[in-house]
Amino acid sequence: MAALVVAEHDNAAVKPATLNAVAAAKEIAGPEVDILVAGKDCRAVAEAAAQIAGVRKVLLADDGAYDHGLAENVAPLVIKLSENYSHLLAPATTSGKNLMPRVAALLDVMQISDISVVVSPDTFVRPIYAGNALQTVQSKDAIKVITVRGTAFPPGGATGGSAAIDPVSSTGAAGLSEFLGAELSKSERPELTSARVIISGGRGMQSGDNFHLLEKVADKLGAAVGASRAAVDAGFVPNDYQVGQTGKIVAPELYIAVGISGAIQHLAGMKDSKVIVAINKDEEAPIFQIADYGLVGDLFKLLPELADELERRQ
Amino acid sequence: MKALVAVKRVIDYNVKIRVKADKTGVETANVKMSMNPFDEIAVEEALRLREAGIVSEIIAVSLGVAQCQETIRTALAMGADRGVLVQTDAELQPLAVAKLLKAVVLQENPEIVIIGKQAIDDDCNQTGQMLSALLGWPQATFASKLKISDRHAEVTREVDGGLETVSIRLPAVVTTDLRLNEPRYASLPNIMKAKKKPIATTTPEALGVDVTPRLTILKIEEPPKRQGGHKVGSVAELVDKLKTEARVI
Repeated sequence: MAALVVAEHDNAAVKPATLNAVAAAKEIAGPEVDILVAGKDCRAVAEAAAQIAGVRKVLLADDGAYDHGLAENVAPLVIKLSENYSHLLAPATTSGKNLMPRVAALLDVMQISDISVVVSPDTFVRPIYAGNALQTVQSKDAIKVITVRGTAFPPGGATGGSAAIDPVSSTGAAGLSEFLGAELSKSERPELTSARVIISGGRGMQSGDNFHLLEKVADKLGAAVGASRAAVDAGFVPNDYQVGQTGKIVAPELYIAVGISGAIQHLAGMKDSKVIVAINKDEEAPIFQIADYGLVGDLFKLLPELADELERRQ
Repeated sequence: MKALVAVKRVIDYNVKIRVKADKTGVETANVKMSMNPFDEIAVEEALRLREAGIVSEIIAVSLGVAQCQETIRTALAMGADRGVLVQTDAELQPLAVAKLLKAVVLQENPEIVIIGKQAIDDDCNQTGQMLSALLGWPQATFASKLKISDRHAEVTREVDGGLETVSIRLPAVVTTDLRLNEPRYASLPNIMKAKKKPIATTTPEALGVDVTPRLTILKIEEPPKRQGGHKVGSVAELVDKLKTEARVI
């Protein structure tokens, strides 16, 4: 039994979600976990991946065809490599979700999406109905193709390993698709999916400008800033802020929900956080039912107070 | 050109689901069923392409029990031209759905297949990608903008870090994200008209597809309940509790 983890990266650095997927792979395959780094001019990524604790080997596919992780080009590579593995894993990020079902279909196997527990090498738990139920499934397929819910597997060490890097030859470009461009949000703050603290705003923020009130608190806590779908749909902030079933799934140590009523959709994305704080003027808001600490009141008064109080007690 | 949309019948998104006591599944008796919301967006996008003069005919396909007819009727009432029902009482997993859709695609020859990025029941997020793989077509998942010109589709995709734009050759599969459009409501005259639109019925056997599930569902359980509901009186008390009781700051 051996597992191959498809690394998530931007040709410069390994994305943290890779570490969660490696953690899941180790539960399945113990010491026989390899990492695939497919990209362009991505040697630095492979070198970083080789240091991840518990990794046996890094496969490096460095070619223009893999530059932007187009599924049409990367899937044939994963399939070519698959004969040495019983399990193929990727983080359940937008790139993992895009790639792995294509791999699974070409191998004629069912993917197991978004696993949250490894019961045994062929049996897994995964959330369904936006996390309102947990399904335990057993795969009968020879190769298990899996995406991993990052928040369910605490990441292992990013360093401490010293795996060898093996170059693998390119399978070339499929000629079906072409990358035109990206508008990626630039931020000095931690990424939502790996932040220790997150403060999110909802429709109650009333405008995008008012998000600076959240940012002031975030600065004091080293927190990432998120939003509910309502706030994104209202145009307050871009979609990559969105926490929820259709946005990002997060589970930080501390989640502060501000002006968020607590739609099922949003709860599905954050209810596994260790500590939840809710600030809302409506004391009947459903978010208070799951919050460890609820504070009823006007957020426009409470947020500056919170920033001041954190400053005073730092 | 023809567009094919796949529409799944799921428990309505407003229903709070109940897990069966024997852990075999989720209660569906007397529960309101609707079209998967992401598939509604797919239907709407196809309608807009037809209104723009790019698409000439829209075929709505659903797979599953006889009542999936109702889901197809909803798509027809929104404006789709005709329906195909692949009828079976068997449990259908995404790989089987993709194989069945491939068989329908090979009969209908659409230039574009538009389908929801995931179904809100099993949350698999697989079918579109699998279908395009089986057809050897390109895929553009999580679309928030779709432009078609010159035998290509330019698709803006919602990715974790922001937005990404790709150009894919047609024929292709596009899966929809939330911000692609806001689906219309079917008007009463259109609901009446939809009753006369044709729905062809076929079966997995007739399409020659083995739909045997590859995953065995061992059990379905409720997630652990979260204990919440405590209130604090002031910002100072909140910071106190976070520091000394929860110890997270």
